[in-house]
Amino acid sequence: MWDYLKLVIFALITVLAAIAASYARDVAYQVHAILVVLIAAGLFVYTLRGVGSEKVVETGYMDGPIRVGAALTAFWGVVGFLVGTFIAFQLAFPDLNFAWAEGYLNFGRLRPLHTSAVIFAFGGTALITSSFYVVQRTSGARLWGGNLAWFVFWGYQIVILLAATGYLLGATHGKEYAEPEWYTDLWLTIVWVAYLLVFLGTLMKRKEPHIYVANWFFLSFIVTVAMLHVVNNLAVPVSIFGSKSVQLFAGVQDAMTQWWYGHNAVGFFLTAGFLGMMYYFVPKQAERPVFSYKLSIIHFWALIFLYIWAGPHHLHYTALPDWASTLGMVFSIVLWMPSWGGMINGLMTLSGAWDKLRTDPVIRMMVVSIGFYGMSTFEGPMMSIRAVNSLSHYTDWTIGHVHSGALGWNGMITFGMLYFLVPKLWNRAGLYSLKLVSWHFWLATIGIVLYAASMWVTGIMEGLMWREVDAQGFLVNSFADTVAAKFPMYVVRGLGGVLFLGGALIMCYNLWMTVKRAPAAEAAGDAAAAPAE
Amino acid sequence: MMDTYGIMRAFADSWFLIAMFAFFIGAALFAFRPGSNKVHKDIANIPFRHEDKPAGDRD
Repeated sequence: MWDYLKLVIFALITVLAAIAASYARDVAYQVHAILVVLIAAGLFVYTLRGVGSEKVVETGYMDGPIRVGAALTAFWGVVGFLVGTFIAFQLAFPDLNFAWAEGYLNFGRLRPLHTSAVIFAFGGTALITSSFYVVQRTSGARLWGGNLAWFVFWGYQIVILLAATGYLLGATHGKEYAEPEWYTDLWLTIVWVAYLLVFLGTLMKRKEPHIYVANWFFLSFIVTVAMLHVVNNLAVPVSIFGSKSVQLFAGVQDAMTQWWYGHNAVGFFLTAGFLGMMYYFVPKQAERPVFSYKLSIIHFWALIFLYIWAGPHHLHYTALPDWASTLGMVFSIVLWMPSWGGMINGLMTLSGAWDKLRTDPVIRMMVVSIGFYGMSTFEGPMMSIRAVNSLSHYTDWTIGHVHSGALGWNGMITFGMLYFLVPKLWNRAGLYSLKLVSWHFWLATIGIVLYAASMWVTGIMEGLMWREVDAQGFLVNSFADTVAAKFPMYVVRGLGGVLFLGGALIMCYNLWMTVKRAPAAEAAGDAAAAPAE
Repeated sequence: MMDTYGIMRAFADSWFLIAMFAFFIGAALFAFRPGSNKVHKDIANIPFRHEDKPAGDRD
């Protein structure tokens, strides 16, 4: 019965999308409608071929989406780093904005592609993958909702596909980190509600009496992102057959909503969700429970209560009222405490096992990631102080700060997670090569150091150049002077990106060989899992 | 319209602020309730159970 209903739904979507494609008012919308036709028609054929086949009752953990997720996380990581490295060199060498690709592959189009590829494709896939893994293991229960988990997984990949192609073709809200247009936003909302249902349903049927702290962080990430996404993307489409839409908010309200969203995307997507990873994978890799469970509870509630107010620090010296930006600044500074509480909790989990740092490069990666979490959560509150912000805002210092958080904290903890997960998921005794992990570790770390250091130098330099006045009170430097002065640092930054990308490629090779070559684990768990395609 | 704003603003600045603060302090204090050490020790070890299969699975 369900199969027939699915066939009807896929057929309807195919026809409606085909109609939409023919009425399309712009290229991006047309391409997207055609993509939807292809996907829905493909699913129709796939479902049709499976009609009437025996349904096997599945037992054990549902690891299918997690295996695909681990592979795609690595893939999106490489894509995101590659685009990032390319646009870093575009800034250093403007000739790389090729004339023949103007309007598609210039910096303005590729920049949102890079940010979304690393945050939402790499980070988001890592979060969905790890949350599905962790919630099952810490609940002692199979994922709730059967194939709904697959819907969440592939539905989210479709969001990525629509967003990425949309940017290149010019379909954008123009809202930072929320660029996708209205129909992609609506689709993400549906997928996200399904994600919440799968997660809550699994928690609901858990066999453990308590909910492990990692799940609290994952749940707060899912709930808050849903709220942020819906409010920030309130918009009215100009036409149902076009990709353009008009924001509901205007002026300073729009700016405040945008940065309320933007900063909490950092707080709940890139921090809370990844802390969920930290609270599971660091204890697992260190083979000892978290340092203080009480501290993790305080960490959670303090983070939840403080982060949501920090957004206005993005709008110092704007039309935003002073009280609001002061509020944002104060909460950002208070936020330093729970962040460092969490960092200490993660690091001290290793107490009594510090020798593992010498022998286990995976744990070294996780520790460096927590170190970068601490460093960027110190730097951030400092930059939110109005006086510091007057120097740092609009400069490359901000870019450096974001990357020490994203490459250092999010990147490294995700690499650690992948190195932990892949042998487990494919039932291997261990990784193919620890030596290659070490190579990855050092390439990535040196890459980040080059990146962050060059951005500090160039950021502070341009901030000082912009405000420099002569004896008569005239500005000394033109904007073009600062651009010329930044050139060497831009090259260093690009090289840092090359190192980081090289490390990620080594990881992909290592994980691939782990699946193909590493000896199987002898544990009598589930029989050798099917290798990835 | 401005009045709605004024009422909500006054409420947010007073009672709701107190309520949120009280919840936060309450949650923190609750973590330190007597007998919580044993519970927390048990919870902290959850990641080391059910690694390979759900609780209660025989096969």
